[in-house]
Amino acid sequence: MSVQLAVFIVLFAVVAVMGFVAARWRRPATMEHLDEWGLGGRSFGGWVTWFLIGGDLYTAYTFIAVPALLYAAGAAGFFAMPYTVLTYPLVFIPLIRLWSVSHKHGFVTPADFVRARFGSPFLALLVAITGIVATMPYIALQLVGIEAVLKAMGVHGDAPLIIAFAILAAYTYQSGLRAPALIAFVKDILIYVVIIAAILVIPAELGGWRGIFDGAAAKLGPKFLLGPKSQLQYITLAFGSGLALFLYPHTQTGVLASKNRDVIKRNMAALPAYSLVLGLIALLGYMAIAAGIKPENGDVSTVVPILFDKMFAPWFAGVAFAAVGIGALVPAAIMSIAAANLLTRNIYVEFIKPDATPAQQARVSKLASLVVKFGALLSIIGLNPRFAIDLQLIGGVIILQTLPSVGVGLFTRWPHRTALIAGWFAGMTAGLWMLYTVPNPATHHAHFGGSAFNLATLGGPDLTIYAGFIAVLINVIVVVALTLIARAAGWRDGTDATATDDYNVERA
Amino acid sequence: MARTHVLSSGHAYDARVSRWYWLLLVPIVLPLVTVIYNRVEPRLFGFPCFYWVQLSYVFVGVIFTFAVYRGTRGK
Repeated sequence: MSVQLAVFIVLFAVVAVMGFVAARWRRPATMEHLDEWGLGGRSFGGWVTWFLIGGDLYTAYTFIAVPALLYAAGAAGFFAMPYTVLTYPLVFIPLIRLWSVSHKHGFVTPADFVRARFGSPFLALLVAITGIVATMPYIALQLVGIEAVLKAMGVHGDAPLIIAFAILAAYTYQSGLRAPALIAFVKDILIYVVIIAAILVIPAELGGWRGIFDGAAAKLGPKFLLGPKSQLQYITLAFGSGLALFLYPHTQTGVLASKNRDVIKRNMAALPAYSLVLGLIALLGYMAIAAGIKPENGDVSTVVPILFDKMFAPWFAGVAFAAVGIGALVPAAIMSIAAANLLTRNIYVEFIKPDATPAQQARVSKLASLVVKFGALLSIIGLNPRFAIDLQLIGGVIILQTLPSVGVGLFTRWPHRTALIAGWFAGMTAGLWMLYTVPNPATHHAHFGGSAFNLATLGGPDLTIYAGFIAVLINVIVVVALTLIARAAGWRDGTDATATDDYNVERA
Repeated sequence: MARTHVLSSGHAYDARVSRWYWLLLVPIVLPLVTVIYNRVEPRLFGFPCFYWVQLSYVFVGVIFTFAVYRGTRGK
């Protein structure tokens, strides 16, 4: 066995033990309640929340895919930087309002909030399904991250992947949100250590930062900066992604698990530390160009693992691979918990067993988390991983369609429930159609080749724009127009179970 | 039941802290203005303008968001 693989396995084993022990951490009176299993007792302070949300947002896939994007596409791939800078100030006010109203009413999911705010179980169901569909491929992509590092260590086949995921499923089942919260400490510390080492060691071997950028500029040519036709895409993709990030159910899970409003506010100022790391990680793509790395079998997701393998001592490459592998476990656990909570609260309790006790809800959610992970595993092993990547791309566009009900709903009760439902369908249809029209010349796919929609398709100028941005605009226009009609015609609306003051309450 | 609350104005402290919240606009808008940084020169420590300016926006975001946190703490 290689040194790399030995280091990887040891770190992986340490984390697995922590995952099981986490059930005893801040031990609750009972684990048989969604507030405990699914939200860690709603008690996390500043540090735990920082590690948990940071570990949740900055995933293994990010560490592999973002540098791969810079490697292949140049400056356009750097959109992750403006995106992760603007998202925190953007969601600052909505998140503290969401926390307050959820604390007051015991909401566990974004769909719980929509149900109470607009009095529409059907709208809540749409929000829940959107969340589940957007999250599933995201979980599957974490497996792609693990697979990439396993391949770099010469481990092939599905068995190691299945074992890793089975262990993850077992400790998430037992410890709930406490498991990823505890493991996130290890994951994030490893990531910080690896990236600090990378920026100290690698540039020295490649002729400094100037050498790295000059090497990238020579290979990328005009793609080293944004071209005149891709600026609108860059801006709308960064803004749209920033809007979408905290609409994902798993990011809201991390927010609702924090103990008060100040913890969230402090974290909005502290989480950008991860954005800085992400920016430096992105530049690993340029280091790979300067080091003359060629992707294995044309798969650009292999360039970062190959770079680590080439530049670091074997034991430290093992640490770096473990950082990516463990980096996949934390978000996969949180995402499966969030999807399980949606299935339980907004489908099982709403439509199947309205009188379910908290203990029954927790049991259903634990089982659902297993089903969700199993589905993600099957989709990677049974289907082409390319399919998961396409679905993830679609995920960002469709989760944005919950913006009017979840995001705008936190500020105003003005939209009519029927208008929100119609807007969802309009935005969803438009978004999927636009994504369908985008070809991918690199892989010779005619459809779902990216999120950059060319306005020339509609007879407009030859400019690309983020499909999700246009889709959510259409959604909002439909909501506004139909609400005006509904109010004028006096259509019956749902009742609002929340009060204005609920959005500003602090922990009692 | 709570329909009457919808249009009622917020409390006194809402008006007072809302001035702090305007600061959040700076780190939201600044990263979207590509004309500022879509160039190579001036470089900083070998980083082209495009890359170092966008990395430095992280600090802009932290400073402004932290100011809002301090200004609205406990509210």
